[in-house]
Amino acid sequence: MNLDETTKQVLDVIDTKGFKQEGAYSLRLNGMSVCHGNSPYIRIEKKEDRPGIDIYVSGEARGEEVHIPVVMSKSGETDIVYNDFYVEDGADVTIIAGCGIHNGGCNDTRHDGIHSFHIGKNANVKYVENHYGEGEGTGSRILNPVTKIFVGEGSAFTMDTAQIKGVDSSERETYVELAEGAKLNVMEKLMTHGAQVVVSNMDVKLNGDNSSARIISRSVAKGTSKQIFHPKAIGCKPCHAHVQCDSIIMDDAQISSIPEINAQNVDAQIVHEAAIGRINNEQLTKLQTFGMSEEEAEAIIIENFLN
Amino acid sequence: MLQVEHLSYDICEEGRQSEILSDVSFSVEDGEMLVITGPNGGGKSTLAKLLMGINKSTAGKIILNGTDITEMSVDERAKAGIGFAFQQPPRFKGMTVRRLLALAAGRTVDEEECCALLSSVGLCAREYIDREVDATLSGGEMKRIEIATVLAKQHDVCIFDEPEAGIDLWSFSMLIKRFKKIHEAKKESLILISHQERIIRMADRIMVLSGGKIKTAGKAQEIMPQLFGREVEHCACGQQKGGELCES
Repeated sequence: MNLDETTKQVLDVIDTKGFKQEGAYSLRLNGMSVCHGNSPYIRIEKKEDRPGIDIYVSGEARGEEVHIPVVMSKSGETDIVYNDFYVEDGADVTIIAGCGIHNGGCNDTRHDGIHSFHIGKNANVKYVENHYGEGEGTGSRILNPVTKIFVGEGSAFTMDTAQIKGVDSSERETYVELAEGAKLNVMEKLMTHGAQVVVSNMDVKLNGDNSSARIISRSVAKGTSKQIFHPKAIGCKPCHAHVQCDSIIMDDAQISSIPEINAQNVDAQIVHEAAIGRINNEQLTKLQTFGMSEEEAEAIIIENFLN
Repeated sequence: MLQVEHLSYDICEEGRQSEILSDVSFSVEDGEMLVITGPNGGGKSTLAKLLMGINKSTAGKIILNGTDITEMSVDERAKAGIGFAFQQPPRFKGMTVRRLLALAAGRTVDEEECCALLSSVGLCAREYIDREVDATLSGGEMKRIEIATVLAKQHDVCIFDEPEAGIDLWSFSMLIKRFKKIHEAKKESLILISHQERIIRMADRIMVLSGGKIKTAGKAQEIMPQLFGREVEHCACGQQKGGELCES
């Protein structure tokens, strides 16, 4: 299928591994599933009862990728999509998702992506999700992802999620359940500017013995933007969890970081850290001694902080 | 050549003007090593920061290779050829050691070069290049990486503010060798703020700064007897100082 330039540009930003109409892929454009393909070990089926797709990953998949980006380029559109992933025991797969909105008009454009992951035993899943907004229009670009993850025994789930820029409003809901020996590794990166607002709620239930979770959230808030984080780790069995929220605050922005840890077992070891602060002058000065201007130094600090 | 003419620095504290540095003049020839020493609070680090432009002098001139850089910003001075190693370097969450060195060098630095730089300051290179310059590094590790950032690029004048602070003896010996090598090459002028006898003994010229003023300055062979005329391990007050200068 031929894609227009706007779609290609947005795809380049949100799919950092490079979107191709090859192997296992599905492209959703302005509320429609426009093309998809399967690979020997990954099968994609369109849902019959509601918008969205089911993705089946065979236990024989090794180092495979599936790309399922969403692009919204029509102003005033609202799209809700339900994508369900079924990953068999022992599979090793990287899922590249994300949504980019190009809003060139005066009406709001909104996408709600509701994803659920059902991971079998001893699987290894990496989920990469980039959210991005652009366009010269005055209409808002709204993204509300809901992610539910059920990680089976001995499996590892890595979630690398980023809201790069240009999203005016976002409510992110993430819910995770970990079975025995399951591991969760989350890296959430957010940057807001202008008057953008982000709320990110994350509940992680460590239900299995020896399950573990490492949740790192790094964010930068500029302008008059507002960010609220509420990661919650619940240890129901002997487990380990570490929640870390670091934010850089700039200009007139506001950040609330509310990590919550809840232990329901005497052997649940859960730690949280949260820090909000401005870029310190020593960091800026150090980079200026390399010959950078203050603006260049600031950009480098932010880029690396969110890297 | 770096020329400093009648440099002063005042600060206003609780409504009172306080003189931190007063009428300091000196010069550093191309390829020369100047060690600035003296008691704590004497104005050494302030002088270093004034040279780099981190603090702005209230009077006087700084001339680098014939150009007046007094009004230049930190980045302009860096571009003009001054390198600076902080006494207490900042940490950068998310930035790897390799990235920091590349930024310092102003170009891509390959793994081999990165390793050579880190090895020269006593760090086992491969263990460090992909580590973040964050709180997981000790003060001594940070300090050595800081020195490596200055060594990553050739400057006309390199300023090191107490390079020995927080560094173990083995790494310190490596550092001494590195300074000697730079000095022998005569391509860069070195200004070292230090209390360490081994560093002071490498100097071409020594300047003792106390109470914001130059107490004494001159060729090393002239100043050295004043500093170490007595037994090195003991100073005027009779207390053992382990090679450091006594403040009394």
